Amino acid sequence: MAILPSGTSAPAFTLPCTPDQTVSLADFRGRNRVLVFYPADWSPVCGDQLALYNELLDDFRDLNAQLLGISVDGAWCHAAYARDRKLHFPLLADFEPKGAVAKLYGAYRNKEGVAERALFVIDGDGVIRWSYLSPIGVNPGADGILAALEGLPSNLDTAKKRAAT
Amino acid sequence: MIVNTSRLVIAVSSRDHVQGSTSAIVTLVEYGDYQCPACAAAHPFIKRLQQQYARDLRFVYRNFPLTQIHPFAMPAAEIAEATAAFDRFWLTNDWLYENQDSWSPVGVPGIMVGVRRLGIDDVALQKALRDEKIVQRIRNDFKGGVRSGVNGTPSLFVNGLLHQGGLLQLNAGIDDAIASARELAREKKTDSDELPPSESPLLSSFFSG
Repeated sequence: MAILPSGTSAPAFTLPCTPDQTVSLADFRGRNRVLVFYPADWSPVCGDQLALYNELLDDFRDLNAQLLGISVDGAWCHAAYARDRKLHFPLLADFEPKGAVAKLYGAYRNKEGVAERALFVIDGDGVIRWSYLSPIGVNPGADGILAALEGLPSNLDTAKKRAAT
Repeated sequence: MIVNTSRLVIAVSSRDHVQGSTSAIVTLVEYGDYQCPACAAAHPFIKRLQQQYARDLRFVYRNFPLTQIHPFAMPAAEIAEATAAFDRFWLTNDWLYENQDSWSPVGVPGIMVGVRRLGIDDVALQKALRDEKIVQRIRNDFKGGVRSGVNGTPSLFVNGLLHQGGLLQLNAGIDDAIASARELAREKKTDSDELPPSESPLLSSFFSG
């Protein structure tokens, strides 16, 4: 199954972000969104990957983007993981029915029952503008996401300013 | 097999902390975090590589502090940069990695033990730390690292290419870089042999430089 490509309308979803709260993709309409699908909380590559994005929250904010992490782990697991790693962005629990949102984006591994390591940049109108599937064991870094966000027409001025500093 | 496309986008310059010869065949750039255990583990390994490859290897250190998981990574980076004013940058870099276990649980007071041992007193260091270029430099290192595809620490670039394997594969990466550089030099030499000397000023300066 291939991940949804650039130009596709981003499928809507609502998922728990804490044991008693949910987040919808539409909550951030008008802003850019970065979806980070990853296989599991606590696994070493995910830790590095999310720790890196956690350091770049100011950059994402500059580029008018909300970062959302998604895995099949439950909300309590996410809560413990986010506290331990001091993550300051929502982790969404694609837990029940398991992997339903990952499947919508073509980012689910049936064999292992976990999300792929996949990245999506969605613009303010809800259209996927960039997507990337990383080999499961490879941390894809952040350069691709930042370049995609800076390439959005709505970020033209911001991108120019960032390039100048 | 991992396909590697990440390349160093910030070229090594005189602003960098550099060890080794400018004419070295291989430049190894590390993006490191002083409080990262994996970076501390890599430190003696890199020292051995420097001994092994000697004049063929130039080493460059840049900052990539992951401040949320390592609360003392940023103060450690700032202090190391500040000691550059006393020509102690590399000594501090060594001390921080060799003694990570001792200062990592306690932070700045633990780091200061090492700084004093290097002969820099607290007042002088505090004065050096006021230089706002220090924080700017660390931020710039970090930003440039992100742009180059740094995805965690330590991230190592061998002649500009992100090394994706473990430390044990680093030797092979360096050997490959040396082999391909020598191959390139041989090809250029062959090309230049076919030209009259007056028509190849660039190539002759390449070999004399």
